[in-house]
Amino acid sequence: MSTVTVYVPRDSAARALGADAVATAVLQETRQRGQHIHLVRNSSRGLFWLEPLVEVQVGARRLAYGPVQAQDVAALLDSGMLEGGQHPLALGSIEDHPYLQQQERLTFARMGITDPLSLSDYAAHEGWRGLHQALDRTPQQIVQEVLDSGLRGRGGAGFPAGIKWKTVLDAPGSQKYIVVNADEGDSGTFADRMVLEGDPFLLIEGMIIAALAVGATQGYVYIRSEYPDAVAVMEQAAQLARKAGYLGPDILGSGRSFDLQVRKAAGAYVCGEETALLESLEGKRGIVRAKPPLPALRGLFGQPTVINNVLTLAAVPFILARGAQAYAHFGQGRSRGTLPFQLAGNLRQGGLVEKAFGVTLRQLVQDFGGGTASGRPIRAIQVGGPLGAYLPISLLDTPMDYEALSAVGGTLGHGGVVVFDESVHMAQQAHYAFTFCAQESCGKCTPCRIGSARGAELIETLLAHPQQAAQHSVLLRDLCNTLLQASLCAMGGMTPFPVLSALNHFPQDFHLPAESFPAP
Amino acid sequence: MTASAPSPSPTPLSPAETQALDQALAHWQAEPGGLLPALHVLQDELGFIPPATLPALAQAFGLSRAEVHGVITYYHHFRQTPPAHHCLGLCQAEACQARGARALTQQAQDLLQCTLGHTRSDHHWQLEAVSCLGLCASGPALMLDGTLHAQVDAQRLQALLAAVPTPPMESSS
Repeated sequence: MSTVTVYVPRDSAARALGADAVATAVLQETRQRGQHIHLVRNSSRGLFWLEPLVEVQVGARRLAYGPVQAQDVAALLDSGMLEGGQHPLALGSIEDHPYLQQQERLTFARMGITDPLSLSDYAAHEGWRGLHQALDRTPQQIVQEVLDSGLRGRGGAGFPAGIKWKTVLDAPGSQKYIVVNADEGDSGTFADRMVLEGDPFLLIEGMIIAALAVGATQGYVYIRSEYPDAVAVMEQAAQLARKAGYLGPDILGSGRSFDLQVRKAAGAYVCGEETALLESLEGKRGIVRAKPPLPALRGLFGQPTVINNVLTLAAVPFILARGAQAYAHFGQGRSRGTLPFQLAGNLRQGGLVEKAFGVTLRQLVQDFGGGTASGRPIRAIQVGGPLGAYLPISLLDTPMDYEALSAVGGTLGHGGVVVFDESVHMAQQAHYAFTFCAQESCGKCTPCRIGSARGAELIETLLAHPQQAAQHSVLLRDLCNTLLQASLCAMGGMTPFPVLSALNHFPQDFHLPAESFPAP
Repeated sequence: MTASAPSPSPTPLSPAETQALDQALAHWQAEPGGLLPALHVLQDELGFIPPATLPALAQAFGLSRAEVHGVITYYHHFRQTPPAHHCLGLCQAEACQARGARALTQQAQDLLQCTLGHTRSDHHWQLEAVSCLGLCASGPALMLDGTLHAQVDAQRLQALLAAVPTPPMESSS
C-alpha cells in the first residue's frame, strides 16, 4: 500500500495529554505491520477535549480520531485507521466538525492543518501573501490598510493598532523597534501560545509587515519562561526564515532590512504590561514606567517602538493579503474583525474559538463549550483573565465586544473565558484576585502594592466577622475605588474588576464560610 | 534587612560555574539588555544563579552588584540556591481552580509531605506554585521535572509521583 500521512499534534497541550507517546506508538505499530506512513507533527486544531487528536489523510479529507491514548493505537490500526476505518474514537472529517464549521478562522486559518516549521506548508496555505503585498507599498499605505481594518490591540487595552503604528512611523528616530508581547500570563488564555508553537511564521510575517510600515529594523519576541516549547519553536522558525531570506539585511531582495531575536521572560506577570516588558527587555527589573512618554515615541532603549500583542500582529498578514475591508467585514460597532476566544476552566469542550466580535457569551460557553465538564450548572464566568470581571449567568447574553464588556464592568482582555460551576466560592475568588495582585505587583505605585495586600486582609476579616459585613464591604469598595482611580497601570487598576463583580453579583458568598460549598 | 550583595573579596568559582559564566557572557555581554538572557544561560546550565557570579556579571554589564541582585530577586523564575532533585509545579490560576486545582494541591502536599512554595528538608522535592502553563482548557495542569501534564486528577497525580525514581517520602519504603 502507498504511504499514508498521519498527523499527531506537537502543541504542548496535546503533548501534556500524551501526544508524544501516541506518535511513538503510531510509528512502532505501523512499522511492525509493514505499513508505510509519513508522520507529521502538526499544530493543534484547538479542540482540546479531543486531544491527542490523530488525523489520517484519506483522499482529499482528513479523518480524525480522538482523544487517542498510546494504548488505543493498535486497536485503531486493526480497525483500518489508515483507510479511515470505523472505531469508537472516529470523528469523521475533522473540517466538518461543528466546532470548526461554526468558527470564522481568519488568524487561525492554518491552525491544526500545517507543520508549524514547514516553510513550504506555510507558503502553500497563503503564507507570505501579506508580506508580498506590503513590499509593494509605501509605509503610509500599509499603515492606512491597518487603520482601515479597524484592528485594535488584542492584548487587552484595545487601542487601535493603526494609530500606534502611525505614531511610530511619524516619530523621528534612527533606530525603531518592533516588540511582540508574548508574555501571555492571563489564566484562561493560550491563543498566543498556539500561534507561537503552531504557526510561528505567521507572527514573523506580521512583525516584518509592521517593520516595513514604521521603518523598524530590529524586533524582539518576549516570550514567557513557562512556555519552553514556544521559545524553541520561535527560535527555529526565525532561523528558517532567516535562511530563506525573509529576515536579514535584504528581505527577499527588496533592500529592506529586519531581523528579530527571541527573548525569554522570567516569570513576572506584570511584564505583560507594555512598559514593564520594555524595562525587562532592557535587562532591568520589570517595573512599570509612567506614561507619557508613550512607547511609540520613547520605547525600547528610548527609541520609537511598536509594541503589540501576538494576536494583533498575527491578524496583520490577513489584512494585507485580503484587504482591510475583508477583515472589517467581521465584527460589530467599534470592534472589527475576529477574536480568537479561549474557552477554559470547567467546560466540557474547552478550546480555541475564533469568532467575529458580537458572539454572545452564551454561544461560547453553551454552544461551543457544551456546558460544564462537571455536569453541574454554570455559576460564574471570568472573562478577560485574572483582571477580568466574574459574570453571572444573567449576563450570558452579553455580546463579546470591547464596549459591551466595558458596559457590564468587565473587560474583554485577551479573550479568555473561564467557566466555574456552582461549587465556586466567589469571596475566595475575590480574595485570590487580591493575593495574586499582591504577589505580582511591581511595587512602583502605592495603591497596587499596599492596596492589594490590604484588600486580601479585608476579605479575610469580612469572612471571619459576618456580623460586620456591611461595614467591611463599604471599606472594601472604597479600597477598590482607590485602586481603580490611582494605580499606575492595569495591574492595580483592574484588580478591582474581579473583586467588585464578585461583590456585586454574588453578595451572598461574602457571608458564607468556604466549607458550605461542595468541593469542585 | 541587610543588603545581600556578596563581600568584595571574590569567592572562587567552580569550573562548571566559570564555564557557564563564560558561555553567558560570550553570547550576551555585547547585546543590548543582555543581562536577563545571560541569567537564563547561567540558570539553565547550573540549575541556579550562584551568588558568587554576581561580581563578574555586574562588571560585565557595567552595573552595580546591587542592581544585578535586584534583577535576580525581582523575577520569580530565577533562584540563587540549587534546586531540589525533583520539582513539581502546580498551576494555581483560575482556570485550573475551576477544575479542582486546590484539592489537587492539597493532595500533592500530603503525598510529598511538602508545603507549596517550599523545598523538602531532604532536598528530594520542591513544590512550586505556578501561575498558568497555558493548558487552561485541560486543567488542572502541572509541570513535573520539566514535563507538562494536563487533566490531572487524584489518581493520575499519584501515578505520576509514583513513577518518579526518588521515593516521595524519605521515611517510606
